[in-house]
Amino acid sequence: MTLREIADLLDAKILVGGDHLDIEVKTAFSADLMSDVLAFAKPGSIMITGLTNPQIVRIASIVDNSAILVVRGKIPPEETLSLAEELDIPVLSTRYILFETSGRLYANGIVGCVRKIEGPESVVPL
Amino acid sequence: MTQGCECSFPVEGERFEDAGKVSVEVKKMLKKIGIPDDMLRRAAIATYEAEVNIISYAIRGTVHLQVTPGRILIDIQDTGPGIGNIEQAMEQGYSTANDRIREMGFGAGMGLFNIKNCSDTFEISSEEGTGTHLSILINR
Repeated sequence: MTLREIADLLDAKILVGGDHLDIEVKTAFSADLMSDVLAFAKPGSIMITGLTNPQIVRIASIVDNSAILVVRGKIPPEETLSLAEELDIPVLSTRYILFETSGRLYANGIVGCVRKIEGPESVVPL
Repeated sequence: MTQGCECSFPVEGERFEDAGKVSVEVKKMLKKIGIPDDMLRRAAIATYEAEVNIISYAIRGTVHLQVTPGRILIDIQDTGPGIGNIEQAMEQGYSTANDRIREMGFGAGMGLFNIKNCSDTFEISSEEGTGTHLSILINR
């Protein structure tokens, strides 16, 4: 799907990168944990998150995300958006929740960067 | 064509708003000198994790890069509390992060594990009450 088709499907606002809407997206990674994005996201994927701080842009730049899609109707602060302009990363915002957003994209052919985590399970202490 | 270079970046502890700034700079610089995509990505991810660790736990630290054709050495030294049990800290999911770190989307206990995954050679040493030293080697 192109970013334009994603924006139309999710009734999303284009906050940054209106001139990049022809970018083709094939994979996605949904997370509110940036550590996991760093560990698992693949180049070219779209990051789907409920976080809005500038770190989402820096992470997207590091892992080569094609765009950031912010869910649950959140609009990131100016600091985040100006950094996205500077690093040339499109930012979209949809009112759909993370589950609905991911499900709608999956139903339209977007798949996860990884299907499941290989290797040993991580036992997370409190 | 990859050229060589050597440079250092300071990282201040507790400057959460700055998390990732150094890594973005490092990535830009490596890209500019023509480092191949896979090496670039691994170096940037490892640097990001290490930078967030300094900001989250240490007083201050330095990210030192030494780039020669086909090889990136990232040397990270911090002044801070150090790590008592390195084996435990290396485990996936083990974390001592506070709420502030978690609110930012970090503190999942993936950092050192992820750095190791990105490295061809990874060495860590630490002294409690003094600091931690990471040596990350990335080959073409």
